[in-house]
Amino acid sequence: MAQIFSRRSDSILRASLLLLLVVTLAGAFVLHTMYWSPYATRETVPLDQPVPFSHKHHVYGLGIDCRFCHTSVEKSAFAGVPTTETCMTCHSQIWKDAPILAPVRQSLATGVPLRWNRVYDTPDFVFFNHGIHVSKGIGCATCHGQLDQMPLTWKSHNLYMKWCLECHRAPEKFIRPRSEIFNLNWQAEDQLVLGKKLVAEYEVHTNQLTDCSMCHR
Amino acid sequence: MIWRSLDELAAVPAFQSARHNEFPPGATEPPVNRRDFLKLMAASMALASLPACTRQPIEKIVPYVKQPEELVPGNPLFYATAMTLGGFASGLMIESHEGHPTKIEGNPGHPSSLGATNVLQQAALLDLYDPDRSQTVLNHGQPSTWESFATAFQAQMQSVQANHGRGVHILTETISSPTLRSQLQTLLGKYPEARWHQYEPVNRDNAFAGARLAFGEAVEMHCHFDRAKVILSLDSDFLYGHPDNLRHALAFADGRRAQSGRADMNRLYVVESSASVTGSNADHRLPLNATGIARFAYELATRLGLMAAGSPSELTPETRKWIYALADDLLQNEGTSLVIAGENQPPDVHVLAHNINDFLGNIGHTVTFTEPVINPASQIESLRDLIAALHAGSVETLLILGGNPTFTAPADFDFPAGLLKAKSCIHLSTEVNETSALCEWHIPQNHFLESWSDGRAFDGTVSIVQPLILPLYAGKSAHEVLDVVTLGRSDYDIVHDFWSQKMAGLDFEKNWRQALHDGYFANTRLPEKRVSLRTFQITPVAQKTGSLEITFSPDPNIHDGRFANNAWLQELPQPVTKLTWDNAALLSPGFAAKEGLANGDIVDLELNGRRLSLPVWITPGQPDDSIALHFGGGRSHVGRVGKNAGFNTYTLRTSDSLYIGRDVRMQKTGGHYPLVTTQTQHAIDSEERQIFREGTFADFKADPEFAKKSSETPIETLFKPEEFKTDGYRWGMAIDLTACIGCNACILACQSENNIPVVGKDQVSKGRIMHWIRVDTYFRGTPENPDMNHQPVPCMQCENAPCELVCPVGATVHDKEGLNLQVYNRCVGTRYCSNNCPYKVRRFNFFQYADYHDTTLKPLWNPNVTVRSRGVMEKCTYCIQRISMARIGSEEQGHKIQDGQLKTACQQVCPARAIVFGDIGDPKSAVSKLKANNLNFSMLGELNTRPRTTYLAKLRNPNPQLTT
Repeated sequence: MAQIFSRRSDSILRASLLLLLVVTLAGAFVLHTMYWSPYATRETVPLDQPVPFSHKHHVYGLGIDCRFCHTSVEKSAFAGVPTTETCMTCHSQIWKDAPILAPVRQSLATGVPLRWNRVYDTPDFVFFNHGIHVSKGIGCATCHGQLDQMPLTWKSHNLYMKWCLECHRAPEKFIRPRSEIFNLNWQAEDQLVLGKKLVAEYEVHTNQLTDCSMCHR
Repeated sequence: MIWRSLDELAAVPAFQSARHNEFPPGATEPPVNRRDFLKLMAASMALASLPACTRQPIEKIVPYVKQPEELVPGNPLFYATAMTLGGFASGLMIESHEGHPTKIEGNPGHPSSLGATNVLQQAALLDLYDPDRSQTVLNHGQPSTWESFATAFQAQMQSVQANHGRGVHILTETISSPTLRSQLQTLLGKYPEARWHQYEPVNRDNAFAGARLAFGEAVEMHCHFDRAKVILSLDSDFLYGHPDNLRHALAFADGRRAQSGRADMNRLYVVESSASVTGSNADHRLPLNATGIARFAYELATRLGLMAAGSPSELTPETRKWIYALADDLLQNEGTSLVIAGENQPPDVHVLAHNINDFLGNIGHTVTFTEPVINPASQIESLRDLIAALHAGSVETLLILGGNPTFTAPADFDFPAGLLKAKSCIHLSTEVNETSALCEWHIPQNHFLESWSDGRAFDGTVSIVQPLILPLYAGKSAHEVLDVVTLGRSDYDIVHDFWSQKMAGLDFEKNWRQALHDGYFANTRLPEKRVSLRTFQITPVAQKTGSLEITFSPDPNIHDGRFANNAWLQELPQPVTKLTWDNAALLSPGFAAKEGLANGDIVDLELNGRRLSLPVWITPGQPDDSIALHFGGGRSHVGRVGKNAGFNTYTLRTSDSLYIGRDVRMQKTGGHYPLVTTQTQHAIDSEERQIFREGTFADFKADPEFAKKSSETPIETLFKPEEFKTDGYRWGMAIDLTACIGCNACILACQSENNIPVVGKDQVSKGRIMHWIRVDTYFRGTPENPDMNHQPVPCMQCENAPCELVCPVGATVHDKEGLNLQVYNRCVGTRYCSNNCPYKVRRFNFFQYADYHDTTLKPLWNPNVTVRSRGVMEKCTYCIQRISMARIGSEEQGHKIQDGQLKTACQQVCPARAIVFGDIGDPKSAVSKLKANNLNFSMLGELNTRPRTTYLAKLRNPNPQLTT
């Protein structure tokens, strides 16, 4: 009776096993890369908006305070996106005929709101609150990055839970004086020393920060 | 021994096994073979990997064009308004998120609410967003417009101007709205021959008729239970069915809170023909058929010495003993006793109640009188006049403002046939119902959260109905319909103009704004009225022995049928029976045994030649010769929810037997109908474990620590109690079982606050009801007349939680404040936690119960709570969203959360204030004080679960004369 398997079978089997391993690892690598890539996270990817609003121009160029537009950032979960009227406070005087601002004028005329694309979007089971972060000394730039350098707005971080926990596990690495919350360019001289002092001063309950109920309900 | 259902009492094996299984059979997948299992798993894997490949969709941010005043996006606003039912307004405080109402609370300053609501008020929110609501004007069933209606209506009214409006009839529900009444008066002034009729199936005809007989004028009786030591209810459900039920519940509970160290406690005697919420709270309850209650009242009056004994008494020795003891108790409490007769009882019983109150010197103390808030004219006679006109063909135009008389009018009036004889008929209602189908015009009525109106509370306080949202559809209010023929104003102008004329003065605008803020005009309560009794002559109806009677009362959940399309109410287990989605003929265990009937067996009932087939439900505490029917179910023209839910008992209800039908014939048909009750579900071994503890007030005084003594001693533990003694808040809850009246309001408040879905009758029958808090009812004693006990059961937030130990993915864990969390996004749905929960408080989404697709329902959701999807376990977490918001708010302002500032939804709604929540780490908090009380006990504490929710044992105050 002839051999069922030829002499080459062993080699083919070994090669196949190796190939399987390589394919599996490559697959895992591809998935991992994709999961962390801007494709999935939209990190650093500017989103199309009805009006190409430039934070760089308004913040860096004109020096407008964050709270002029994001009015509820200190007192609500939601920072607030400016109403059409807020835009028109200035733009009824300056650039009042600019074609780029046509949707804003149309919104005011028709009463139909602008529909912006949400750049920072946490999943619906996450309940982020701006007010408490601001009052506990977390600056805008910590999460939103150098907004004053963004001609179009993009996400500075991937907003994965791991990223949230970096701060919730060690707030002293990120906390800043309340006076510097809206200063996008503030840098601590020695963050850890200052951070530890501020965590105590602002009564940040570090033992509670990683409780699931802090963000999920 | 205590028991939950008759099956348990009889130790039926099926019940025993059901009690030991967390999920009933069928709750898991049907048995499959290995091949199918592998196929299913492969398909599941493939499908599970697909959603992992999707990216998060881009959401929109839609800012306002113009920022509304006061509104901070993300923060709720609260507005005062009022809801009227049966004519009486109750003040509400509505939570609104970005312009859509999401939660109804009671208005703490309003005398008819005192901060609480009942189930109907809680559920009214769902009605606002009901996708089956009427949305357009209909003319002969075809879509039309408000303008064409207005033109047609104006023309009609002009044509009858010459003969002063002869042939115009207006039918309304009970009205207390001063504005609407003034509008009607204006209209009737303009058309003197026009007629106004007022009818609602749940009315106060008997109470007013009784007052007329007793005092010579129709006055309204107000009860002050807080001043009463001995209370007798003659078939009155004053804690649940009465228009002033919320105020009653608080006053009644305040008279019983023994933990406050009070020296005495009120005593409630209830004589009733069907087990009600009030009856379930009685210290002594006597089931008598409705006819027998009149006899009872007569005998009591005789015993008290109000009148000479008439015909020889036909009482049983037991009832006689009861009456003698009661009479002694009443006589010892002259001026501090209270007798109240129910709306279902004939006027004679009310007369007797008034006379007894007068005899005992209660009038002016525990009962007071005022002018009536509503028009006291007999509603049934008013409807009879209309029917006569309709059948005579003399009705040119019939304007029906609200209500559904085709469905609710007495069967012998043959309202539908009469309605068709009207030349023209206009019907205003929130839904297209049985009446709309027969009318020429149907006008969609605005929900009260969409319209301006007013109303008077039971005590007369003028309450303003303020809209929270613009009308969702092309709806109009009754004010606007009436105004079409006069000025054609908007409802705001109508109400505002009325009050500005009525309260003319420099400060009107200021008063008006204050009233809008408060929800009512201050100091508009009706003044107390002095009444004097007339002599009376009463001979009670003798009942033929062996005669069977029927009693009619409104459905405890869907009222007269108007809430039939409200899924929250349909699924809410009814008090005592715990039936959901249906009504049934309630009969006593003894009678059922005699007739050979089991639960769900269909019977034919015949009353005055009218027949009705419906299933029976055996109810402990029901008198033997009386069948109780609820009306409101079995609607034919109704939305998707109310379809095929219940049986229409109005078909038996005639104008001469509105509440009591005598000489009923009953026949078993042999058919069977599946009725679903939650009474047997989520049952815990109750007998030996003392999960419900109770005692008498006398026991408590003799041994204040009786509740601590359990038959099972805790097992030795290695658990360190210090583990959860953290520095921050330590949340805990105490539920006072003495105060709890079992009204179910907590269940619906929780459902509304926490986005809890409804599942439908079929799923409820499989034990999948989703309520996070349930109200267990335990019976003690014989099935003929057991004591009833209510126990609300939310998650116990065990410090040593059994559920946490078995979760393979860490989806249920503790936080530092002692809450047992449920992390929905981690849960993979193994259901191990639920199997390991001794309290059976975890609920699993077997299907996609939450409706993700119906856009009209989306604004209903609380935006601060995750909407759970299929395959996820959920449960109570003490309203963690409220805790978070309070914590954030207090930290931003740099102080601690004050005791009483943070309330859970169940606590806030509770009319009896039986639920207290707070920081148990603060010894001065209300909850700590309750937990330090001798009556405090932990349910299944011997398991060492260390529950944060504990109970205060129930105290009763029985009459020693009747217990020995």
